[in-house]
Formats: sequence, C-alpha cells, structure tokens
Amino acid sequence: MSKFILFQDEKKCISCRSCQVQCKVNKGLGVGPKPNQIIEVGPVEVNGRLKANYVFLSCFHCDNPWCIAACPNGAIQKREEDGVIFIDQDRCAGCKSCIMACPWSAPQWDARKGKAVKCDLCKDRIDAGLKPACVTACPTNSLRLVRTEDLPDTKRVRFVRELVAREVS
Amino acid sequence: MQQEYSICFMCSVRCPIKVMVKNDDVQLIEGNPHAAGIEGSICPKGAAGVSLLHDEQRLKKPLIRTGPRGAGQWREASWEEALDYVAEKIKQIKDTYGGRSIAFTERAQLNSHISKTFMQAIGSPNYFTHDSCCKGSLNTAFRSLTGYADSSFGVDLERSKHVILYGRNYFESIELKAVKQLTRAMENGTKLTYIDPRVTVTATKADKYLMIRPGTDLALNYALMHVIIEEELYDKEFVDRWVSGFDELKKFVEPYTPAWAEQETGIPAAEIINLAREASAAKPSVIFHYGYRSSHYTNEIYVRRSLIILNALMGSIEAPGGIFIKKSAKDISKQPLHKLTEQDLPKVNEERCDGVGTAKFPTADPAHGVVQLLPQAILTEDPYPIKGLIVWRHDPMLSIPDYQTNKEALNKLDLLVVIDIHFSETAWMADVILPESIYLERGDSIQEVSGLKPSLFMRKPVVSPRYDTKPGWEIMKLLADRLGISKYFPYNSLEELWAYQLAGTGITPEDFAAKGFVTLCQEPVFWDRRDGLKFKTPSGKIELVSSLLEQNGLPSFPAYEPVKPPAEGTFRLLIGRNVAHTHVSTQNNPLLNELVSENLLWINNQAAAKLGIKDGQLVEVTSQRGKEAIRAFVTDLIHPEAVFMLHGFGRRVPTQTRCYNKGASDTMLQVNITDRVGGSPALQHVHVTVRPVA
Ligand code: SF4
Ligand code: SF4
Ligand code: SF4
Repeated sequence: MSKFILFQDEKKCISCRSCQVQCKVNKGLGVGPKPNQIIEVGPVEVNGRLKANYVFLSCFHCDNPWCIAACPNGAIQKREEDGVIFIDQDRCAGCKSCIMACPWSAPQWDARKGKAVKCDLCKDRIDAGLKPACVTACPTNSLRLVRTEDLPDTKRVRFVRELVAREVS
Repeated sequence: MQQEYSICFMCSVRCPIKVMVKNDDVQLIEGNPHAAGIEGSICPKGAAGVSLLHDEQRLKKPLIRTGPRGAGQWREASWEEALDYVAEKIKQIKDTYGGRSIAFTERAQLNSHISKTFMQAIGSPNYFTHDSCCKGSLNTAFRSLTGYADSSFGVDLERSKHVILYGRNYFESIELKAVKQLTRAMENGTKLTYIDPRVTVTATKADKYLMIRPGTDLALNYALMHVIIEEELYDKEFVDRWVSGFDELKKFVEPYTPAWAEQETGIPAAEIINLAREASAAKPSVIFHYGYRSSHYTNEIYVRRSLIILNALMGSIEAPGGIFIKKSAKDISKQPLHKLTEQDLPKVNEERCDGVGTAKFPTADPAHGVVQLLPQAILTEDPYPIKGLIVWRHDPMLSIPDYQTNKEALNKLDLLVVIDIHFSETAWMADVILPESIYLERGDSIQEVSGLKPSLFMRKPVVSPRYDTKPGWEIMKLLADRLGISKYFPYNSLEELWAYQLAGTGITPEDFAAKGFVTLCQEPVFWDRRDGLKFKTPSGKIELVSSLLEQNGLPSFPAYEPVKPPAEGTFRLLIGRNVAHTHVSTQNNPLLNELVSENLLWINNQAAAKLGIKDGQLVEVTSQRGKEAIRAFVTDLIHPEAVFMLHGFGRRVPTQTRCYNKGASDTMLQVNITDRVGGSPALQHVHVTVRPVA
C-alpha cells in the first residue's frame, strides 16, 4: 500500500464538492473528468433519526493495482518511495484500459486531451510540503492525508470516543 | 509561482483568498491561510473562480443595442462611445424630468459608497440595492428592537452550546468561516437543532430535525416564548436590565400554548416544550439564529422579531456563544476608512419613488430602499416618472418576483444601462452594456469588516483583464467626468482611491502585503453585559414594544394570523439555495454548471402519487403569474403542503448556452407582494398547481 492515504471523516462531510472542483482546477481539467467524487447515500430514516452519508471516493492507490496491469503502455506507475500510483501523461495513449479495469472508476476520461487522468495524491504538492488540493480546500476538515500506518489508530480513537459518548449520554 | 492575497466575489460573503498566479494567469484559488477560520479552505464557487476568468461567454466589450429591446441585437462599441452615449441620455432625462427620474440598483458591494455618491451628485434619492429582496425585513426587525441594522449583528457559533437554525441552511449556503466554526463546535459537543419544511444537508447533520409546516415559524416562536415565560426559563438578570416591554410580551403570548402551536406547525407540543427547556439550559450560550435571507411571507418582520426576542430572553446578546454586536473601527477608537459619501454633496430632498422613509412606507430602511417596488413605480409613474435605470451587477429581472411585469417595466424606460461581468437577464434588455472586469482582474475599495475583531481587507488585481473590460469604480468615474460631477470622485487610479480611504488611519497599502488584511485589534471585544451595552433605541434597551413601530402606528405584537395555507390540490412554492450557485450569477459557470445544471421540483411522494407524477418526470408548474416546465424530484423529504425549487434557473438568454432554458424560473411564477412593515417581498407567498407532462 502507499505510504499515505486520503482519509475522510464522513461524519463531517457536507457534500459540498469543494474537493472535487479544487482537484479539477489543480489538474487543469475542464467539464467531465472527476478524479474524486462524493457518493451520497440517504438521507433515510433510521430509528426515527435522519441519516445521510457523503462518502469521498478517489483512487485507493492499491497494493496490486488492476489499472497498472491493464495499461498496455506502462503509463501507470507506482512511485517507489511512497507507493503513489500515477499516470505518466506522456505515455498515456488514451486506450481507456485503466478506466475499464479499475473497480472504483478512479481513472477518468479527459476528452480535451484524449487521455486518462487520475488522483496522484497531489504528489507535487506533497513534495513541496503542501497538503493535497482537496484536503486544503475541504471547508469542514473532513478530509485528511494520513500515513497508512496511523490509520488503525485513528479509527480506534474514533471508536473509543464514540463509546465514551454512548456511555455518558 | 506568485501568491497574491485578495477577496473572493463568487458570492456575497467575500472570503479572503490566496491566488496562485503564473504568467499572468490564475492556477488555483485557495482560502487565505492567514485568515482565522478560513485556513486555506474554499467552497466550490470560490474554487471555480478560475473557470469564470477563462469563460469565453463573459461580456467582453461595451455593447450598444441596435434592434428592439430584448431581441439580442448589439454592436460592439469603444468605451468612449458607450460612455458618451450613456452620459448624453442621462443628461437628457435629467433636463426633461429632473435628476430624481434616474434610479440606480446594485448588489451591495465594496464600491457602494461610490454609487451612492454618484446618485446624490446627480440629485436622485432613488438608490437601491438587492438587499430588500433578501434581508430587508430582518434589517427592520433588528432596528425595531435594538436600533442597529442586521449587519451590525454576528453569531458566535464556535462557543455556543446550542444552535437553533430556522431554515438557515449553513451547510449548503456556505459561509466558510461559519461552516468551519460550526463543525468545530459540533465536534466539541455543541447541539444543533434544525427546523425546516424540507430536509437539507444541514438537517442531516443536526442532532434534531423538526419538519415544520411551511409559513408557521411565528406560531412556533410564540409558543416557545409562552413556555419560556411560564416556566421562568429566561435570563432574569439580563431581561430586567436590558429589556423593556417584557410585561406586554408576557401578556401577549399567554394564549399561544404549545398545544395550539402543535395544530399550526405540526411539531408535537412536547417537542416545543423540550426545545424551550434545552435552549434555556444552554443560556446564555445559545443562538436562536435570526436567519439570513428573510423574504418569505408578508409577516416576515414579526417572524424575525420573534427570533431576536428569543435571544433577548435567553440573555444571549453579547454573551460568548450567543449573538453579538459587531464592533467597528470607531468602537475601538480607530479612525474608520473614509467614504466618498462623507463629502459635502448636494442635498437631495426629493422623496424616494418607492415611498420608503415617507408616511407611505415608514419603517423599511431608506439606505437601500425596497427594490421590488421599482417596477411598479416605473409602470405607474407614481409618484413621478422614472425614465432611466442604471444596474450594477444586479439582475432585477430574476431577483424581483414576477418576470413578466419586470419586463414590461424595463421596456418602458428611456434608458437602461447595465454594468456586469456576464449577460444577465437584465443586461439582455439593456440599451448599453458596460462590461466590468471580474474580481481577479480588478481591485476595489478597501473593505472594513466589523466584528469582534474589526479589520480591513483588500481586493487587488491579481492578473490583467482578459477582455476589453474595466473595473466598476473606473466606469463610475468616467461617467461622472462626462456629467460634470467629477469633483466628487477625487481619484484617477486604484491607488488614489485607496489613499483617499486610508487617509489619517496610519495604515498604508503596503501593510496588506504580508497577509492580505490588517487587524485593527488583537483580542475580541465584548461589551460588558451589566453596564456596557449600547443599544441605539430611544430607551437604550431592547424594545419589545418598539418605538420605531408604534410611532408609525404599527403594532409590536400583532395577533397571530396564519399564512394562508394552500387549497386542496395546490402547493406553496418554496425556494432556496444550494452550495453550487449564488443568486442568479453562477449558473453559466462551466464547473458550477457541471455540479448543478438545472433545478428540480421537490414534491412529496404522497402528493406526487395522487397526481400521477413519477420521479424524474417532466411536470408543469402553474401559478397565477406564469407557467414553467421542470423535472420532478419525488421524495418524502419535503412537507406535503409544499414544493421546492432552487432559485436562479429557467434562463432566457441564449448566449449563456450552458444554463439557457435549463430548469424553471421561480420569478416567472412568483407574485410581487411585500411585507409592508419590514420591506421584504414575500417570495413564498405564491401557490402553484403541478401536473405531469405526458
Ligand atoms: S486507479 Fe483503481 S485500480 Fe488503480 S490504484 Fe487506483 S483504485 Fe486501484
Ligand atoms: S489528492 Fe489531489 S489528485 Fe487526489 S483527489 Fe485530492 S486533489 Fe485530486
Ligand atoms: S470538500 Fe470536504 S465537506 Fe466538501 S464534499 Fe469534499 S470531503 Fe465533503
């Protein structure tokens, strides 16, 4: 797995799609391709309370990426040092194999350039010491770039917090 | 890559931004990282500013109409010619009918002091902003209780323990700072109650959502007051010290029991009692949010007053976590920015054409007028003819209810000039269009932001104009030159305008370089709640029995009258906003249009089933004023008495190809009716029928 992952606290997400628009602008994309998307589930009534989830979905930067296997031109690559999966735009021939192969529709079609485009965790920004464009943009701090090794901790902490809240209320 | 600080103008909030610029082009726009509560974040509209800059469908050159009004026949003109043309026409109207026959309307903005100066210099009282169509009644409500306008109040979300929102859809009508504060507060345990006839994103985030019958907020509030007073849940110390008219209120709300309100609102009495108790337990750190757009019904001022009164009862005014009075530079003994309106301008003694400020319309705020009365004034020539209209980035055609009447009124004018950045519906009717540079290409007057920590912000040009456009302050100056009033516009450049504003403050434009703003004090300023509150009412207190209202023969507590419920087979048309669009100005933006490209008619599933309407089906919505086609969104997330649509669609200007003819226009359906006390139009007054289109 990559060293980093985009972690979303979906409780805080308000489905504003700043992350989506900012990602597109940062990548110079126009109308059409969306390297990240918000999947809306709900609202539905659960035990008398309304529930809705807004789930952020970009590329998972898989361990054994189907997109890499599918690409006939070797355009999709894994960055050695941190496992970021990215498309070398010069090598992309526009065959759409990765788009078909990825189960998450992470690679997207950029009709203007005739090439595939996908989340590269904003590796240029990370290298410059910045957060990914979507993370900085998010108005609720729902998105975070976390180290993969920190992830179990983060989840546990959240779980414990919830548990505590349940007992006092 | 350069980094420049400026101020966003994709909506009216004006968040501070950081703009990444390369080769005179904008790469990315982020929130200003130095601004507390912004920290780099941006909303989708702010992010999409880049696609506005590059939009091929913007206004590019001055245009002069060649065919009939609204036919879309234009020729390009030089700035010289277009400005000469406008000035000549203004002179003619002024000579024939007097200066008062020129009216002006704009979206209130950083250069409004320039617009006001212009109007006073040509001798007209008829300066309008879009404000009455938004928060006019809220303004009057605040003035009637505290002596301050609504713009002088803020909410301290971050420290609040319980925030109660009445349709104030924070998570879809984003103000970045407020959204950040509210999410942070909720993480720390702040409770959120949300009341709305429709389930919004905010409703899905709330601890408690109450579906209220549309138009009955006042009934809920009277019942809340009833419980709060009966159970003595109010802040006695605060009420004794700062509130006058409490006994009258006590007597007045006696009959309005929770059981009565349950009938009216559909909210169970037990929930109402519970809300009153929970709010009181959090006092004074509780906010009954007084709302923002407050132009729903004809009783709007009393709804807004009831919300402010609830805060007064909780003692939340000027309490941490409550609502506070914004402090200006003057309040902290600093020299405020100079405005052009401070000059010795000619006095204008004419009465306003909308009657605001006269016995006809005594309580609304003459500072911005009641713009929805302008079409009537033009059509009837009562009290006198209005022959010329200058419109600066406002779209009365789509902001004022009743599209057809607006069109007739604009058609009657001798001169219609529009200053805008794109082809608004009003620009389409204009004689002359003067294209303004967009906010990334121009600077504007420096902004003074009052608040707990007053500060100054600067919008400056970060790239050069893409087309043959000019900043609005320059357009006004060039017009003034031609009208012989240039002495009231003592600037020739942005730098000179800034220097005029900053004179005597000890602050220079260079002081903005490091962060894009200058904070005038370091610590938040709260006034002392025992002795230091400065209400601007005659009594110096919060006047529940209002001298402003009573002196004008208007009641402070009118008996509750239900807003007329829709008859069987009809629905109340609710309107609102979402996160992708601002008013009527962003629907054609490529990236924002991609997010939300048309509006849908929300209709309750049971009502839809009766009418044979299926989700996604095309339906026809008909009111007494018009008929529109729109696709249905069938859902149980809306009250059965109502249907809902987003404002700003159903556009008729073909050159705006992305939004042309998409969705339905709410102004085509609405009737133009006003809350005569507060000044807002009743935008949700209209009832409609809906039928499937086969
Ligand atoms: S594009 Fe799809 S397959 Fe490839 S790494 Fe991302 S999620 Fe995995
Ligand atoms: S990390 Fe960068 S590329 Fe990936 S979704 Fe976020 S903004 Fe887009
Ligand atoms: S920017 Fe943040 S809050 Fe908005 S949709 Fe994306 S993750 Fe959700």
